[in-house]
Amino acid sequence: MTAFPDTQAHIGQAHRRQNALRHIAGRGRFVTDIVLPRMVHAAFVRSPLAHGRIVGLDVEAALRAPGIIKVFTAAELNPTCTPWTGTLDHFARMTSIAQNILADDVVLWAGQPVVMVIARSRAEAEDACELVVLDIEDDEPVVDGALALQADAVIAAPGLSSNLCYGTVLETAGVDRAFAEAAHVVEAEFVFGRHTAVTLEPRAIIADFDASTGQLTVHQGTQTPYQFQDVYARHFGLNEGQVRVIAPDVGGSFGMKLHVYHEEMGAVAASKLLGRPVRFVADRLEAFLSDIHARDHKVTARMAVASDGRITAMEVDDLTQVGAFSSYPRTSAVEGNQVIRLMGGPYAMPDYRGRLSVVFQNKVQTSQYRAVGHPIACAVTEVLVDRAAEALELDPFDMRARNVVADNAYPHVSATGYQFEKLSHEACLTRLREIMDYDSLRAEQAALRKQGIHRGIGIAPFVEITNPGAAFYGVGGARISAQDGAIVKLTPAGDVQCMISVTEQGQGTETIIAQVVADQLGVAPDRVKVITGDTDTTPSGGATWACRGAGIGGETALRAGRKLRDQILALAGQILQADPGGLALSGGNVIDAVTGAPRMALAEIGRIATYRPDTLPRGSDNSLTAVHHFAPGGYPFDFTNGVQASYVEVDVETGLVKLLKHWVVEDCGRIINPLLVDEQIRGGVVQGLGAAFFEECLYDDAGQLTNGSLADYLVPMAGEMPDIEIAHVETPTLDTILGAKGVGEAGTAAAGAAAMNAVNDALRPFAARISQTPMTPVRILQALGHI
Amino acid sequence: MKIEITMTVNGETVRETVEPRLSLADFLRDRLGLTATHLGCEMGACGACLVLLGGKAVHSCLTLAAQADGEVIETLEGLNERGVIADLQAAFHDRNALQCGYCTPGMIVTAHALLADNHTPGRHEIRDALSGNYCRCTGYEAIVDAIEATAVQRMGEAAE
Repeated sequence: MTAFPDTQAHIGQAHRRQNALRHIAGRGRFVTDIVLPRMVHAAFVRSPLAHGRIVGLDVEAALRAPGIIKVFTAAELNPTCTPWTGTLDHFARMTSIAQNILADDVVLWAGQPVVMVIARSRAEAEDACELVVLDIEDDEPVVDGALALQADAVIAAPGLSSNLCYGTVLETAGVDRAFAEAAHVVEAEFVFGRHTAVTLEPRAIIADFDASTGQLTVHQGTQTPYQFQDVYARHFGLNEGQVRVIAPDVGGSFGMKLHVYHEEMGAVAASKLLGRPVRFVADRLEAFLSDIHARDHKVTARMAVASDGRITAMEVDDLTQVGAFSSYPRTSAVEGNQVIRLMGGPYAMPDYRGRLSVVFQNKVQTSQYRAVGHPIACAVTEVLVDRAAEALELDPFDMRARNVVADNAYPHVSATGYQFEKLSHEACLTRLREIMDYDSLRAEQAALRKQGIHRGIGIAPFVEITNPGAAFYGVGGARISAQDGAIVKLTPAGDVQCMISVTEQGQGTETIIAQVVADQLGVAPDRVKVITGDTDTTPSGGATWACRGAGIGGETALRAGRKLRDQILALAGQILQADPGGLALSGGNVIDAVTGAPRMALAEIGRIATYRPDTLPRGSDNSLTAVHHFAPGGYPFDFTNGVQASYVEVDVETGLVKLLKHWVVEDCGRIINPLLVDEQIRGGVVQGLGAAFFEECLYDDAGQLTNGSLADYLVPMAGEMPDIEIAHVETPTLDTILGAKGVGEAGTAAAGAAAMNAVNDALRPFAARISQTPMTPVRILQALGHI
Repeated sequence: MKIEITMTVNGETVRETVEPRLSLADFLRDRLGLTATHLGCEMGACGACLVLLGGKAVHSCLTLAAQADGEVIETLEGLNERGVIADLQAAFHDRNALQCGYCTPGMIVTAHALLADNHTPGRHEIRDALSGNYCRCTGYEAIVDAIEATAVQRMGEAAE
C-alpha cells in the first residue's frame, strides 16, 4: 500500500546505548548512591548456626550503643507483615512453611536474620550488632538432599512432615520398551554445585514510609518493581496505590533481585514503624549468606540409542536441593521442573521419563537464577549424547545431526511436552561447523596429542525458554504479570517518550524499545526517551525476567507505537485535509505515502494539538498519547535455540583447564540490535563458564558456608575467559508482529555443557570422565586417578 | 577521636574531620558525594572502588581516608571532567563495554592506568591488567576490545 513500509531502518541496527553514557561519565545512580533526609541504616544479627532453637536473646547493651535508634526483634517487627509462603497451585502437593521477617523461635539456616538494628550509620548499626547476645540450642542440620529423603532423616523445618518440597514424574508410554530394545544404553551420575549470582552491586533498598499520607516509596535494586509493589501492598496492609517502587540503575540482577528477602521486608516494616527512610545494603558476606543460591542438583540419567545412532529415550532422576523453605513468590521448584522438562530438548527423541524431587535442607534458599534449569538439562543431555556417540563410534557433530529435529519438521512437540513453533538446529549446526573450522581443530587436536598437549572440543545444542505466557506463574495463583504495558506520547515539540513496564539492568532494554518505537513513528531512536522502573510513572507489567523484555516488551512498544502513529496520521489528515491512508511517518515528518514528500513536521502536529487545538475541526481528537498492553497469546513459550562449542586445553599434571575459544550460533528470531544481542550472549556464556569451572558455595557438615567472600568464592575474571565468536540464524516467531525471541539466558544455558564435553574430550585418551561442576583442578585430577 | 585531613580530590582541596576507621571509599562517596566510586567486596578483590592516588590505581576500600591525608586523589568524575579519557569512554560506548555500569568506573581507572604505563598492550596483557576487576555482565571481551582499540588509536595519533 505504501512505498515506505512500517519497519524502517532502526530495528536490526547496532545502536549504542544512550544510558551507557551516564555510567562511563561516573553519573550512574544506584540505590546505594541515594541519600534521603532523615535516612537511617539497618544491620542484622544473624543466626550463626544452620539449625536450632533460640533460647536466649539480650539486646539491652545494643540499645545503649552510640547512634542507635531502634533494635527490633521478631516480637515487634513481624506483626507488621503478614507471612509469605512460596508455593504455586499448579505444582500439585507442593509444600513449604510460611516465612516472616525475623526468626522468632527456630533458626533454619546460618545467616538467617534474628535481630534488626537501626542506627544513624551502618557502621554504628554493625557495632551494636556485636553487643547483642544470642543463645541458640543447636539441632542437627539437614545438609545433604539424598539423606534428607531417608525415613529417619531430621526434618529441616518445623511443620513439615518430610523434607520433600515437591515431587513429580513425567513419562511417555514407550520409555521402558525403548530401553529394552536399545542397541546401547549410556548412563551417568552428575553433581551440579550450588552457586550464586554475585551481582557486583549487592542487594540494596531504601524504604520510605510517610506516616502523614500513608504513602510508601521504595527505592530498590530489582528487575520487577510491579511485583514488589503488589507484595508490599498485600503484606503490609496498604492499598496498591499507596505503594511506589522505583528501580533506578541496578548493578546486576540475573534473577537474583526478583525474589522476596527477609531484609527487604524488614526495611519496609522498620520504615513503617519509624516513619523515616530505612536503608539496607547487603555487604558481600551478607550477600553470600542471604542472596538466593542456584542449582545444587544430583542427577542420575541414562539414554537409549538405536544402532543407527537415533536417540530413542532418556530416563532422568533429578534431586534439586533447596533451602529450608521455598522462595516467594516464584518458589524454589521451577528450577527442577525446568530441568526435567528441558531434557533432550533439541532432539526428536520419542520417549522419556523424568522424576523430580525438590528437597529441603538447612541452607539459604535457592531459586531462579539466569537460565533456570537449562544448564543442568543441557549438560546431562549433551554429556550422554557424547557418550552415546563414543559407544557408536560416531563423530559428535554427526551424532547430533542424526538426532536434532529437522528444520523442516516443525511444529514439533518434545517428549517432555514442550511445543516448538520453529527452530533451526540443523542450520545452527552447519554454521557452527563453519565458523569454528571443526575439521582443522580436530587435526590440530590430534597433532598436539602426540606432543603431550591434551585439548578437547565439546559441542552442545540447546533450546531456551523465552516469552513466557501466564502458564508460568499466573495459573499457579502467583500475582506475577504475564503482560506488559507501554505509553507512547508525542511531546508538543515533536519528541517521543515511551513509558514501559519492562526494565533495564544494562542489557539495553531502553535502547531496543527506543529502536522499536522509532520505527513505528518515523523518528531517530535518539529522539525517543524511554522511561522504565517506576510503578508511579509506567504502566503495570511483568518487567524483565525469563527472557521476555525484547519479545514481549518489544511487541508492546511496537503496538503502542502503531496506535500513536494512527492517531497522528488521523490528526494530520484533518489538518492537511488529506486521507490519512495516503500519509505516513518518516524522518520526523508526516509524508505523502506515495511520493515521500514531507507534508508537515511532527513538531507542527504537536504545536497545533497542544497550543492551537481551537484551529482543529470541531470534534477532532487531539490526543497525542497512546497506550497498549500486550500479553503473549500464541505458543506457551517462544523457544530460542542454538549450539555452542568449547575448545579447551587440560594440563593433566595439574588439572588446570585453559579455555582457548568459545563459539555460539543462536537463533533468537528477529534481532532488534545485534550489538546488544552479542553482548548478552557473551556475558551469559561467561556466567555459564563460571559455574562450570569456578563457582561453588561450599558448606561444611554443620551447614556453615565456608567461602563467603570474593577472595574464597571464585568468579570468572578477565584473565581466564576466552574470546567468544558468535553467529546467528534468524527465525522470527510468528506469534508476534516483531518476531523477536529472548536471548539473555542462551549463553548460560549451554556454555557449561559444551565445556564439560570439551574437558571430557581432552581426557578421553586417559579413559577419565568428569560429570561434576565446578570442574575444579582437584576433581579433574581425581577423574584422572592422580589423587 | 576524630582527625582532620586535607587532600586534593579531582583538583579541589578538601579539608574534613573523620573517624580514623573511615575508608577512603566511604569518605569519597558519603562525605564528598563522589558516587562513581563503587563498593563491591570491601576487601580489595573486585576493583569497583579503584581510584587514583598520586596517579596510581588503589583500592579505596582498603585505604583509610586518613592515609590519603596530603595526597592527590582522582576519581572517575575527575578523569571525566579533565577530558583525558574521552577516547577511552568513546571506545567503551562504541563497543558496549559495559552493561549494568557498576564495575565501569573501576574498569576505566584500571584501563587509564594501564595505558599510561604501556602504550601497546596486547590482548593478554589487557586481560592480565583487568585481573583485579570483576564484571558479572559483559564476559570481559568487549572491555578488552575497547581498551585495545583505544591503545591502537592513540598509537596512530602519536605516529602522525
